[in-house]
Formats: sequence, structure tokens, C-alpha cells
Amino acid sequence: MTVWKKLKPKFWDYVDSAAGPFAHLFNFRRIWRLAVLLTVGVALVPLIAITAIDYQVTQKSIESEIALRTSRMVSNTRRAVFFFLEERRAALDFIVRDNSFEDLNDPERLQTVLANLKSSFGGFTDLGVIDPLGYQRSYAGPYKLEGIDYSGQAWYLDVLERGIHISDVFPGFRQVPHLIIAVKHELGSGTHFVLRATLDTERFNHLIAHPEIAGGGDAFLINREGRLQTPSLMHGKVLDTISLPVPAFSANTELIEMEDRQRQPNVIGYAYIEDTPFILMIVKSKDDLMKPWYKTRLQLMGFLAGSITIILAVILGVATYLVNKIYLADQKRLTMLHQVEYSNKMATIGRLAAGVAHEINNPLAVINEKAGLIKDLFSMREECARDEKLMNTVNAVLSSVERCAKITRRLLGFMRNTGVTMEPLNLKETIQEVLAFLNKEAEHRSLHISVHMDEDVPQVTSDRGRLQEIFLNVINNSFAAMQDGGHLEVTVKRSKQDMVSVTIRDDGCGIPKADLERVFEPFFSTKTGKGGTGLGLSITSGLVQELGGDIRVESEVGKGTSFTVIFPVQPKKKE
Amino acid sequence: MKVLLVDDEHELVSTLAERLYLRGIQADWAISGEEALTLAEKNTYDVAVLDVKIPRISGLELKRRLQAGSPATKFIFMTGHGSEDDFKNCAAETGEGCYLVKPVNIEDLIRKMNELMKGSGD
Repeated sequence: MTVWKKLKPKFWDYVDSAAGPFAHLFNFRRIWRLAVLLTVGVALVPLIAITAIDYQVTQKSIESEIALRTSRMVSNTRRAVFFFLEERRAALDFIVRDNSFEDLNDPERLQTVLANLKSSFGGFTDLGVIDPLGYQRSYAGPYKLEGIDYSGQAWYLDVLERGIHISDVFPGFRQVPHLIIAVKHELGSGTHFVLRATLDTERFNHLIAHPEIAGGGDAFLINREGRLQTPSLMHGKVLDTISLPVPAFSANTELIEMEDRQRQPNVIGYAYIEDTPFILMIVKSKDDLMKPWYKTRLQLMGFLAGSITIILAVILGVATYLVNKIYLADQKRLTMLHQVEYSNKMATIGRLAAGVAHEINNPLAVINEKAGLIKDLFSMREECARDEKLMNTVNAVLSSVERCAKITRRLLGFMRNTGVTMEPLNLKETIQEVLAFLNKEAEHRSLHISVHMDEDVPQVTSDRGRLQEIFLNVINNSFAAMQDGGHLEVTVKRSKQDMVSVTIRDDGCGIPKADLERVFEPFFSTKTGKGGTGLGLSITSGLVQELGGDIRVESEVGKGTSFTVIFPVQPKKKE
Repeated sequence: MKVLLVDDEHELVSTLAERLYLRGIQADWAISGEEALTLAEKNTYDVAVLDVKIPRISGLELKRRLQAGSPATKFIFMTGHGSEDDFKNCAAETGEGCYLVKPVNIEDLIRKMNELMKGSGD
């Protein structure tokens, strides 16, 4: 919370209670919020949108690249498997065409052919020749298989029908997985024979399980029932049934996505190998394939988060700075407004006062003359002239008129604004001239007055009359506040840049705090009923302002008051 | 010394005239510009004390007309208002010193008149 207190901008809790129906114009927190929301919106929405689009596009392109690569691999491998089998089929075809049925029935010849096949192609285990009735007439290989009747077997029927048969992989007698390829050869006389070869699957496996093909995944062949024809890394041994469903037939290479048993998404590429019972499958974990994408994605997100943080910081900073500036400008405007209001008030009061003074001055003049005449007449008659009570009464009337005249003259002076005449002045002399007026009173009341002026105080250019009126008013106030025998100190100092300050300090009764703020207000007086008009200090304050200066007051009840008048050394040029 | 007092306040001028008389100064008085002009036709005055604001003919106007008839006459303005305009106009007409704000102390008035007379004598 203390951090917030430190960071909280000045305008945050500001409420302009005087703004009335225009309060919303001065709700700086709202302005700030609006500015932040708008700029954040304008800056972040496009950024986020572009990032999202880029995210989608990059993800799609990586996915499609993966699909392309996988399907190319499936299609290449399929062709390789096809050619492998086709090569062997073609070899058998060549043998049956190159050798007559009788030649092949010769076991020695058949042994030679098998030996040749083994050395040139490899992988051949045995060879058998089956006559048109389905009996194996001759056999070359490790087993005693002559004379076996194949006529009822499915593969034999298939080869009779299609001329070629490639079997599924099966364990056979030796419990070694192998497959058979059989070709039928028509003899001219309407009869035929079949050449049957057994291939071990080692080469076959090697072809499929090449690490480049698997590429971190699993590549294998299955038959149409879903039994593995070649070993797999993750889906079981040869002849096991795979956990994945057998994919639907398609003449082309296909790509599907499927979850495995651990609910991990897999990309499966498959192809039916033509003229064989085999289906080639390459299964890869999608997560593995997408690894490069995950890295890119992390970078993208990092960039986005970084950008958003920087943008937010900049926006918050700038918005706070600007709104604070507006707030300060507004505060300045308010101060000016109050000043204008104050001077308007002063002017209005001044006009009113002058009007009243004028109206009163005429009857006052009549009273003055009449009372004066009475006094004149009394003075001429001896018995009246000696009547002290009578003369005192008349004198009292005359002195009251004099007092009234003083008040009205002050009121008029308050209004009068004669042109300011600037002249170079020595402040000490100016102050001493003022004190000369008051010397009698000071002597009479044994007041101690001291004037001190620093040596670095320059000669000032100002209006002598106004300055003297200012000092006279302030010193008069001090005199009124002091007991007999009090002390008054006048100190003249050079204030900051091109300003001079005159401090008038007394050890009088002081001003209560509540009154301190109001002492410069017109008609504010604590001497109500004792001849105070409440105009002295307000006039003084107005005069100081006319000279481009300022007046301040500090006071403590019982200890005294100090007024400080600050004004420029040179008059400010009017703008 | 012969003095003419003009002010629309009857009580004021009459009493002032009487007081001046008691002090050995002969003073005539008028409560309007017209009356003042009539008096000025018959008599010649050394000093005229004029209110700035009197009905119909203003104090300044009256001063010009009186001066036209008797160029030697000195003038003192007396006003209850003391506004800046008044002060400027009267000062331009007679000089700053000859501008008094009511109520006027009679001794001050006599001193001022004497000063003016002395000035003219030089």
C-alpha cells in the first residue's frame, strides 16, 4: 500500500466540488482511465490480432510441412516395398520362362536355380514346382516337402486364378516369419505349372525399419487383418495384432490423425501396396513432430508478452504524465480564477464603497459647516466660549466629522487608482519617511523601533506613494497590536532573484489562526466598534499586487505578528 | 478678497459663506451654475470655489464660463466623490493642489485661497 501511496499521481483523489454540472470535466481519474483504455486498445488489439494470425499461419504451415514430409516418406517406402517384391516376382517369372517344366522337375537343376537366386538376390529359402494337379513335383530347400498336395489351399487357388500370389507373412514350420511368392506358367498345351518360392523376411524388415523412414516414429507393414508383418517399435512383434484400427482402403498414400491408447495424438501415414496383402504404416507422435513449432510458439509468446509489458508501461507512464500536466494546468487556472474573482470582489466593494462615501460626504460637509458655524458663533460670545461643556460638545461633533471624513477618504482612496509613477528609491529612506509620520505616537507610547537593511539590497524602482501607503498601513496595524513599550523591527533583505522583502515584525497581541486567512479580506476587522474599517490590509494587499509583489503574514497569539512584503527590484513589464 | 461659492447644497454654501464672513472674507454663494453666472456678471471675484457635480452646468463647464468673463479669478474645486476621472479632469483644469475632498476644513480652504491669491500677486 505504501508503494501505491508513493506512486499515486496527484490528481487521483482530486474532486472539484465546486465544478457542479461540469464535474465530469474535472474527473481526472476518468480522463486518465479513458486515455489508458483507448491507447491500450489501439495499440494492443492490432498487435494481438497480428500475433494470433501469425500463430495460426505458422502452425498450419508447420503442420502441412509435416504432413507433406510424412506422406512423401510413406509413398517412397511403399514404392520400395513394391519394387522389392516385384523384383522377386520377375525373377521367378524369368525362371519359369527360361526353364522348361521338365528342367525344373530335375532336383539338381532346381538346386542350382535356388543357389543362383540366393547368391544374386538373397533371402530365398526354398523353391518348389507344383504340377497342374496341385502336387509338389520337385523341391529344393531344407525340408522334405516333395509330393505335398496343395490343390485345395487358398494360395494355390489364388495363383491359379490371378497367375501370381504373394502371401502374408507366416511362421511356417521353422517358426521363422517368412512369406511365399508363387507364379503360374502356362504351357502351350493348355496345361500349366506353378513355381513357388519362400522368402525369409529379414531383408524385408530391414527395408521398412530403416531409421530414416521411422524418423523417431514407427514404420511397419500389416496385413488386411491388422496383423504385423514386420517388427514394430511400439506396436508389437511380428504377427501380433496392432492396437490401431486397420485403415480404410485407398489407392493413394493417406494421412490421418488419431489418438493412441495413451490418448496422445499421432500422425499416421499409410498406403496399400498393390498386388500384395500388405499395408505400409508410418506412425509418428504429433508432439515429437511439432517440437520445432513449440519452440517457435514459445518465442512468439515471449515476444508478445514482452511487447505488451513495454506498451503498457509506456502508455501508463505517458497517460499519467499528461493527465498530471492537465491537472496542474487546471490547478493553476483555478488559482488564477480565484485571484480574478478576488480582484473582482475587491473592485465591486471599492465601487460600492466609493458610492457610499460620496453620498455621505455631502451631508457630512453640511454637518461640518454647521458645527463649525456653531463653534464660531460660540467662540464670539464670551459666556459660551467659557462654557467648557458646550465647547467640548461642539469639538466632539467636529472631531467625529473628522473621523467620518477619514473613513470616507480611505474608501475613496481604495477606489482611486491614480497612475503608478516609478522612480528609483532607497528603501531605507522610504521607510524612514514613513516612520517620521508615526514618530510622535511612538515617542508617546515609548515604542522601540529599529530598521535594518542588508548591504546587498539594491536600489529599487517602484512607486513611492504606494510603497509608503503599504508600509504605513502595516506599521499602523502593528502599532495598534502592541502594548506601550513594545518593539517593532523592520528588516529589508534581498529575496530570491530580483526581489526585495521587507519584514515588519512586532511583539504585539498576535492574530488567531482562524483570522489569519482573512486578514486581507475587505471589511474583515477585529477592531469592530473601535474605529476599524477593515479596509487597511485589503487595500495594502491590492497595492502590493499592483506593484507585482506579494504580502504574507505569520502570527502567534501573544508573541507577535510579522508581515512580509515582497516586491520586484524592477517593475515587471506588462504583458 | 471676494469669494464666490457654488454648490447645490444650500445649507453647505450658506453656512460656509457665513463662516468665511466671520473670518473677514466676503463670500457670495450660489446653488446653481445659472445663479453663479448672474452673480459673476455683477461682481468680480478673486476666488471661486466650485463643486464638481452641480445640476445642468458642470463645475468644469462653469469654471470655463466664469473664467471667460473674468480671467483673473482663481478656482478651487470641491468634490464629495474623489473619483479618478474627477481628479484627473480637475487637476488638468487647475492643478492638483486646487482639488479638495468634502468635508473641507475651513482653515485649509482659507489657506488654499491665500496661497492662490499670493500666487497671482507674484
